[in-house]
Amino acid sequence: MRIYWELAKAGFRRYSRYRQAAVASALTNTVFGLIRASLLVTAIRTTGHPIGGYDALAACTYVWLSQALIGPLDVWGSSVDIGERIKSGDVTTEFLRPSSILGSALATNYGRGAFEFLPRSIPILIIGWLITGIRLPSSPLAYVLGFVSLLMASALCYTYFFILQLAALWTGEYRGFTLLGMSIQQILCGFIVPVTWFPGWLLAIDRWLPFPSMFQTTADLLTSTTIGTAAIGPLALQAAWLVALVGLCQLLLAAGRRWVVVQGG
Amino acid sequence: MAKHSLYVRLVAAQFRSQLQYRSSFAMEVLAQILLAITEFVEIWVLLHAAPVFAGLTLPHTAVLYGIARIGFSLGDLLFGQADSVNKLIKQGKLEIYLVRPMSLLGAVVTSTAQLRRIGSVVMATVIYIVGIRSSQVTQTPAHLALEIVAPLAGMLIFGGLFIIAGSLLFWITDGNQAVNTLTYGGRYVASVPGAALHPFLKGFFTFVVPATLIAYVPTCVLTGAPLDPFWWPGLAWLTLPIGVVVWGAALLLWRAAVRHYESAGG
Repeated sequence: MRIYWELAKAGFRRYSRYRQAAVASALTNTVFGLIRASLLVTAIRTTGHPIGGYDALAACTYVWLSQALIGPLDVWGSSVDIGERIKSGDVTTEFLRPSSILGSALATNYGRGAFEFLPRSIPILIIGWLITGIRLPSSPLAYVLGFVSLLMASALCYTYFFILQLAALWTGEYRGFTLLGMSIQQILCGFIVPVTWFPGWLLAIDRWLPFPSMFQTTADLLTSTTIGTAAIGPLALQAAWLVALVGLCQLLLAAGRRWVVVQGG
Repeated sequence: MAKHSLYVRLVAAQFRSQLQYRSSFAMEVLAQILLAITEFVEIWVLLHAAPVFAGLTLPHTAVLYGIARIGFSLGDLLFGQADSVNKLIKQGKLEIYLVRPMSLLGAVVTSTAQLRRIGSVVMATVIYIVGIRSSQVTQTPAHLALEIVAPLAGMLIFGGLFIIAGSLLFWITDGNQAVNTLTYGGRYVASVPGAALHPFLKGFFTFVVPATLIAYVPTCVLTGAPLDPFWWPGLAWLTLPIGVVVWGAALLLWRAAVRHYESAGG
């Protein structure tokens, strides 16, 4: 376990060198947040009643939280680089290491996420609070559950994009798969619009997919849309999807290792 | 004229090389199509919740999205890689482009144009045409002209924005995310009704980055949907001149950026 802890610390230190990038990202996340908040509030004001359980303040909280979590959660998997490593051939070195490839990557990713919390999450929440106001949960339990859920969501997003990029092992290309996977995930995980705003049939399909566990579950906990014992079900579902995706990823890696050997890597 | 045909031939060669990896290219075009669809789904979900959204109905927003996305995708196809110039700087590859017997901008653009973006151009065009038909736009000669000019002016403005973004990266080499506010932020704003925006955004995305003018104003003029009093209908006809102004600013800024550049001596 020690090695994963060290990798997480290294991830933290590595990303803390890119301060200009972190500030630049916070700026962009804020502008996009303001655009998204405008849209949701306009929709709620037009209908004159809350939509999908969200009133204007809850919608603003949801938007600012999601913008604040882009950095730590890395919802679009922009720090997943296994596809590039496969194309360059560096992956063979990774296969030789005694530690798990996915495990090491996840540990580094947690370190990265821990760093980004400071420059990218806190300022955005403060700006959001100043511009539109936000409503954070009052019970300490909500923060604890929200944090646990955030850790799982982060691993889920990372593993999802990791699996998509593994396509490079067999096809030599991963950009198309990643872009396809991202365009679907972006809508269905509830990052753009809360999933409860979807038409009934789309929501019904989405409930059977891993996507809501990648963002919506965490957002519901941190906006107090899900409270108390109602949190057990979504958290258990998140854990189940995590086990499933990590398991699938390990199977693909094992198959990929044999394939690379066959190629003579 | 000979110089221009050189650019055309270089871009054509670039496209031919991308077409060599057929299955990979097909996959990326498909991904671009899907991307354009899911972006419209996002607007559609909002319209599902509020059937008249900031004065626009679903067919109106299809026109809006069509103009914005055709303009953006064409600009992105040709000039979208200008904002990766900081990668060339970091890798020390910019010198390779600087010694070529053509302008730096021309060299960067002709070697990076991305044909796969044609996928989202096609999808956005389909959404645009369906939108125009179901909004029952009266086809006067003026409307017809606007229907064609608006997306092309969008291409001009977005192309210029990409070059401005690339120029800024000569100074802030880790600032990709920040300049995304101009390009991708501009695309996002262009594809939603301007009336829904926060007053600060209305100002910024009209006077600094003219994104609201690209599609929102022309859409209201074409479909007869109510235009927010922040803008006036005559602006719909000014997008082409505005595009020319953006390009002028972009070229001046790019020149200043290249002069600012000091090679590491590679």
